[in-house]
Amino acid sequence: MLKTFKLGGVHPPENKISAGNAIEVLPPPKSVFIPVAQHIGAPATPVVKRGDLVKTGQLIAKSSSFVSTNIHASVSGKVKRVDFAADSSGYPKQGIFIDVDGDEWVEEIDRSEELVKDFDLDGKAIIDKIQEAGIVGLGGATFPTHVKLVPPKGMKAEVLLINGVECEPYLTSDHRLMLEKADKILTGTRLLMKALKVEKAVIGIENNKPDAIQLLTEKSKTFEGISVTALKVKYPQGGEKQLIKAVTGKEVPSGALPIAVGAVVSNVGTAFAVYEAVQKNKPLFERVVTVAGKNVAKPSNFKARIGTPTEVLIEAAGGLPEDTGKVISGGPMMGRAVSSLNVPVTKGTSGILLMENKEAKRNEPITCIRCSRCVSVCPMGLEPYFLKVVSEKQVFDRAEENRIMDCIECGSCSYTCPSSLPLLDYIRFGKGKVGQIIRSRKK
Amino acid sequence: MSNLLTVSPSPHIHSDDSTRKIMYRVVFALIPALIWSVFVFGADALRVTAIAVIACIAVEYLIQKYLMKVKPSINDGSALITGILLAFNVPAGLPWWIIVIGAVAAMGIGKLSFGGLGNNIFNPALVGRVFLLISFPVQMTTWPANQQAGTDAVSSATPLAVIKEGITSGTPVSQLFSEMPAATDMLLGNTTGSLGEISALMLIIGGLYMLFKKVITWHIPVSVIGSVAIIAGIFWLADPQSYVNPVYHLLTGGLMLGAIFMATDMVTSPMTPRGQIIYGVGIGAITISIRLFGAYPEGISFAILIMNAFTPLINNYVKPKRFGGK
Amino acid sequence: MSITVIYTIATLSAIGTSAAVILFFVAQKFKVYEDPRIDEVEEALPAANCGGCGYAGCRAFAEACVKEGDLSDLYCPVGGNETMNKVAEILGLEAVKKEARTAYIRCNGTCDHRPKTNQFDGATTCAIASSVYSGETDCQWGCLGYGDCYDACDFDAIELRPDLGVPRIIDDMCVACGACVDACPKDLIELRKRFPKDRKVVVSCRNQDKGGVARKACSVACIGCGKCEKVCPFDAITIENNLAFIDSDKCKLCRKCVPVCPTNAIIEENFPPRKVKKEEKEVSTAK
Repeated sequence: MLKTFKLGGVHPPENKISAGNAIEVLPPPKSVFIPVAQHIGAPATPVVKRGDLVKTGQLIAKSSSFVSTNIHASVSGKVKRVDFAADSSGYPKQGIFIDVDGDEWVEEIDRSEELVKDFDLDGKAIIDKIQEAGIVGLGGATFPTHVKLVPPKGMKAEVLLINGVECEPYLTSDHRLMLEKADKILTGTRLLMKALKVEKAVIGIENNKPDAIQLLTEKSKTFEGISVTALKVKYPQGGEKQLIKAVTGKEVPSGALPIAVGAVVSNVGTAFAVYEAVQKNKPLFERVVTVAGKNVAKPSNFKARIGTPTEVLIEAAGGLPEDTGKVISGGPMMGRAVSSLNVPVTKGTSGILLMENKEAKRNEPITCIRCSRCVSVCPMGLEPYFLKVVSEKQVFDRAEENRIMDCIECGSCSYTCPSSLPLLDYIRFGKGKVGQIIRSRKK
Repeated sequence: MSNLLTVSPSPHIHSDDSTRKIMYRVVFALIPALIWSVFVFGADALRVTAIAVIACIAVEYLIQKYLMKVKPSINDGSALITGILLAFNVPAGLPWWIIVIGAVAAMGIGKLSFGGLGNNIFNPALVGRVFLLISFPVQMTTWPANQQAGTDAVSSATPLAVIKEGITSGTPVSQLFSEMPAATDMLLGNTTGSLGEISALMLIIGGLYMLFKKVITWHIPVSVIGSVAIIAGIFWLADPQSYVNPVYHLLTGGLMLGAIFMATDMVTSPMTPRGQIIYGVGIGAITISIRLFGAYPEGISFAILIMNAFTPLINNYVKPKRFGGK
Repeated sequence: MSITVIYTIATLSAIGTSAAVILFFVAQKFKVYEDPRIDEVEEALPAANCGGCGYAGCRAFAEACVKEGDLSDLYCPVGGNETMNKVAEILGLEAVKKEARTAYIRCNGTCDHRPKTNQFDGATTCAIASSVYSGETDCQWGCLGYGDCYDACDFDAIELRPDLGVPRIIDDMCVACGACVDACPKDLIELRKRFPKDRKVVVSCRNQDKGGVARKACSVACIGCGKCEKVCPFDAITIENNLAFIDSDKCKLCRKCVPVCPTNAIIEENFPPRKVKKEEKEVSTAK
């Protein structure tokens, strides 16, 4: 019996059409726009100005507080301006425009592909290097990794979970990474274990990726303390709390962080970035991005520089299909629809999904028939139908009582609702409002 | 760009399920029982079903269009289900005008007065049935003969009525059994009763289909049937001379129809598995109390309506199992 | 048979009578004294229960009026001075006088002026749309058009204008309760001083982007050029964050600012048509 989490979950069609295509390195584009807020926490402060020449890998924006990260130039060239431009939310965010000129890397970066397995750094030094390299959770949450590696006082990490689940349909970037960089991911995992001072790490992979499970199980034998667990396919297994439940059987208490049950979760992409940062001195300025969609000519996995416009990636995957109705940054369940193709790839962009017109439109919502499917699929054991109503009617105290803040916004309720009600739209709105109320109460 | 990009909040995909599909699956699941009743009661069964369905749809259309002044939603399939279920709950020989009155009560009072699909508190078909049962007690308990059963087994009283009358008059159960059809006959439906309730087997087939298609979950039917069996079993073990054995309780009357199709009505049943079990056990307990101690031989319709009234309360107090404990 | 009927009637009458007697005494015993003036004040109020005064409803406001013993902080925007005078008369107090106000939606980004660059397909409320992204046009400041203000209005004073894409306030119905002001997530609605014949001169824009960006998103956006500020003889216009604002309490409706605006962002409403000057304006914008 394969492990999985118990409560709720759905099975959207997987559509992993780009799984067989190896990662292609995308050359730097003509110009990039690198936002300074690509992570959860305070935006970084730009340290370059208009006209400065920068090299690939050079620090261009400095972490402004503990929960914040450094931003590095992903290309070499001239800083065109430091200005505001729309990101995927449509609202203008500060960022750095660079006109690309050649591709000259900072000297310290070791550009060879050779595997460096051994290290003799202590935990503190590893965390410093990770912080220096601006690494964030690459699964999409973009929480600064160095913060995660320092457990709050009185808590101790016992196990490191490496998230290779990739439960979102269409996305294959983590899958390809596991197949092509297995040793490096495992070395990165060892580094993270050292930093966390844990003896045990488990890589969780859904069993729709048997090749990755086999390869990593094989390779992990030579790495002490790392094991691989195959998981039954179910969305949202990639959610932090669901993964912990599936692998360790422990439930993170409501409102608490995973560290409360002694677990720390990192994405495989993050483990790879940690390897590159520590062993190769390479800051995080490029990542693997899946470009897929039913009508995409050439579904691909690209290694793209941060700041590359979405348009460039789509072009490289065979151009925008004729009847594209929606472009999503991320997966179809939790990704963000973008309103313009100029939106740059950021540290959290795991994929770009092109949907045809027909698919892009939601069905007309009709009345709730109280079928209770939303309740049965909710992985957090909430009542989405009820939370929707109280959010819509703005009865926020009732929403809080019914644990609206526990919602992980996985979208299973909206996905499954036979009446096509926009449940999550309202819940997210209510969650925002309740969050504001809670914060104002604390003050 | 030729066309504008669409922006919407996540999720961007949707399962291919829809309310309409659910409704039509329920209708599909009702077909075996309907075929059986046509087989048993002849064209009368079809006549009653057709009148009930047409009347329900017409009442919904007229009220929505002229009284509520909203876009009629007759093609969502819910009025069709109410029509079929109403027909299943009345005797096959019922005159057309009584069926129409039942349809007006079911749709008008039971459903649309609350605001239509999704807002009603009580199961509309049962509101119609109970309205008719109270208003026209004679017509509603005049059972047509079973055309299929052997000539000697033809009875104009339902097995439940036989038991009720027998026990009230003090006849020992062992003697009553000789007047009743065998258990296998009741399972198949070689007996008489309301149009759709006679064949437990056909109803179970429909129920299994709905379970397989995930239209319903096991919680409500199993808890209703289970609690009836257990409570009836306790009485039977305590005094087999005054109480019939639980198998008869399970196979007679509208228990299967009620447990599988009426109690599981999504709109009027609780939202959480635990709540559904409480609701199911409640229905079972009330049904058996009415059957054993009440004035009516059958109690499932009343039981479901009573528990329907408790549904909002159950929803309020019985919450799903939360992730991460308290 | 008839005995049963008589018994029934007798029993029910007995129960009814005794219940009435008990209720009478209980009511006497538990009577709560309530200032009769509260009822009188409530009578004088518009009974709209809109909450525009800051209280839960008209009753709550009436209680507050009686209890406070001072009307300086209490004002019913719906009833206006007339109602407050009545209330003051009942309580023998002095009412504050306030100038009548009316709401105005400061966005003229209609379909013609502000091209759509994408389409929204989520739950159609402004609150949700604005939490998802900036909106269907390139202007992140402007009206989303899903009508949260319309839903908030208890007085039918807002009409949705699908032809324009932006709702409009019906001045005759507006009581300036402020419900729409709170409902608008883009903070577009302002309560402005009400002038005779509902005349108004307003900067119908909230775009705080730089001129070029604003203009590109919407042809009638305020670009913050400052021409209106210079021409205003009453210091009623201020420019802040690339955006002009006309203070309705200082404005004297001279309309000098209207023709100088290069983007027609300043709107004049309910004035008789201009004669000579209007032609001039048309020529200048036609260029």
